[in-house]
Amino acid sequence: MEELQLYTYIAVFGTFALYFGIAWWARAGSTSDFYVAGGGITPLQNGMAIGADWMSAASFISMAGLIAFLGYGGSVFLMGWTGGYVLLAMLLAPYMRKHGKFTVPEFIFDRYYSKTARIVAVVCLIIASLTYIIGQMKGVGVAFSRFLEIDYDNGLYFGMAVVWFYAVLGGMKGITYTQIAQYVVMIFAYTIPAVFISLQLTGNPIPQLGLGSTLADGSGVYLLDKLDMVVTELGFKEYTTANLGGTLNMFAYTMSLMIGTAGLPHVIMRFFTVPSVQAARQSAGYALVFIGLLYTVAPAVGAMARLNLMNTIEPAAGQNLEYAERPQWFKDWEKTGLLKFEDKNGDGKIQYTADKVTNEMVKVDRDIMVLANPAIANLPNWVIALVAAGGLAAALSTAAGLLLAISSSISHDLMKGVLTPDMSEKNELFAGRVVMTIAIFVSGYLGLNPPGFAAGTVALAFGLAASSIFPALMMGIFSKKMSGTAAVWGMVSGIGITMLYVFQHKGIMFIPGTSFLGGMEPNWFMGISPNAFGAVGALVNFAVAFALVKVTGPAPAHIQDMVDNMRLPGKTSAAHDH
Amino acid sequence: MENKETYWSENLRLIFICLAIWFAVSFGLGLLLVEPLNAIRLGGYKLGFWFAQQGSIYSFLGLIFWYGAKMNKLDKKYDVED
Repeated sequence: MEELQLYTYIAVFGTFALYFGIAWWARAGSTSDFYVAGGGITPLQNGMAIGADWMSAASFISMAGLIAFLGYGGSVFLMGWTGGYVLLAMLLAPYMRKHGKFTVPEFIFDRYYSKTARIVAVVCLIIASLTYIIGQMKGVGVAFSRFLEIDYDNGLYFGMAVVWFYAVLGGMKGITYTQIAQYVVMIFAYTIPAVFISLQLTGNPIPQLGLGSTLADGSGVYLLDKLDMVVTELGFKEYTTANLGGTLNMFAYTMSLMIGTAGLPHVIMRFFTVPSVQAARQSAGYALVFIGLLYTVAPAVGAMARLNLMNTIEPAAGQNLEYAERPQWFKDWEKTGLLKFEDKNGDGKIQYTADKVTNEMVKVDRDIMVLANPAIANLPNWVIALVAAGGLAAALSTAAGLLLAISSSISHDLMKGVLTPDMSEKNELFAGRVVMTIAIFVSGYLGLNPPGFAAGTVALAFGLAASSIFPALMMGIFSKKMSGTAAVWGMVSGIGITMLYVFQHKGIMFIPGTSFLGGMEPNWFMGISPNAFGAVGALVNFAVAFALVKVTGPAPAHIQDMVDNMRLPGKTSAAHDH
Repeated sequence: MENKETYWSENLRLIFICLAIWFAVSFGLGLLLVEPLNAIRLGGYKLGFWFAQQGSIYSFLGLIFWYGAKMNKLDKKYDVED
């Protein structure tokens, strides 16, 4: 076995053994363990676990790749996926923690005193979480297919098996402790190669500073200026100013991601695991510290990967790389089908340009950039192995959190809460595990037919969460008078209009060929892309709810008292059942 | 109870200040005003680009911790700590 493969196997299976060990040691015994880890997680631990839960395959594998090719336009992901924590810390987490229940639909049930509201919340949650999981599955497939050297489909099946074993055993308690380990693996795997590459290119070991420094080749040119120059010469858009579909689209996109972040149930659930309201606020801060560590490095990774890629293919202007002399990483990724070269002019050299007619790099999947990055920069093999382990940690930890959110909403909210209220705790746990298994199969199927690259798919999930769950929660806390019926119709119309817009452009449940208006850009409403439409959906949600509450009249007095109680901290009990 | 209501309105005021800054650093400096700001340089960074890809995240961090500290004081003042 060659050295790289050996290291990769050691890194991946070593970390897997660690996760399984922790999951086994901290496995769930009760429903309280299973849903909220018994309510005894400290803010620092919780912050780290949120970081791992949050930073998915999309953040780890896809985001820097997207930024590498979108340039400034990629900022929507950076601002969108961090800005939501400000909203969480101030608008949702403390009050929902004070209220103290297991799940988001349960909170909605209490606040809007209606089983219909609970069911609508469950449906919104499942749609958003499933869409999100597809992105994880794609990431798992890409990572496994690369380092086990098998094709994408088999990589995905293998990933499904691992996720199944892992999530079904864990429950929230096991998942939390495992996620802390996964965060550590992930952040080292992400920053170590970035530090190396930043040193190589600029001589500055801190990637956040390296990105703003001059190149180490003695030319005195700033890295970003050089990158702008290289890409514009080949006809691509200037890196530092390339827009993503116009200012309005970027605005809506960023807003969708921000309020979607604050509305994603698997993240909100984590705030039910801490002991107090103060701890909930603090958790959000710690979470953003741990997330920000990766998110401020990502733009450096993206820009430097793009520059290295360009320099590999065309070391000096007009001196293109001979295809026969392509480096090993190039051959490796060709095997996965995610990188494709076609010698259009027959000169045996690689031409990579923005012009579709002459461009010979016919496929450069953006999702491979982070995984290929260390190899492109000629880093030692153990660094490459570490990145593989980190990518898998990212995908697994998020998938586990999402599966927990889905299974708890079905077993706790739908079955225990609505259909069979006298189910025993043991049966509820069992039901939760069965539901997880089904969810893995469904998301695996959708992972085989993914609607776009991983971060794009995930962005849709945010739109769905943004348009349904976030407005309902926020109005529940900040508008005492909001009534149940009005909130339900708000959620239904918000998610309805968002889904209609997404599916008409991307296909029903993303199945190719079922998009009824086609993905035609001219049909986009005011130029807003489907991924960015959640912000519009949220506006519709608010508007419908506030209009209807005038008709239905305000919420009953005891509900208004409950909201008053939520707003004041003090004597928080551990999250409990009913 | 008057106490309860003043606690809530002080909280709302804080949230309003924080969200105004939140909006200004991301949507304002990183997005709407990006072009004029890009004329100013911060080392190799164009300033607007820097806000969009770095500065906004640092500001968010500061905001959350500042809000948390302020609220802890408020909780003490109104004696509603855990």
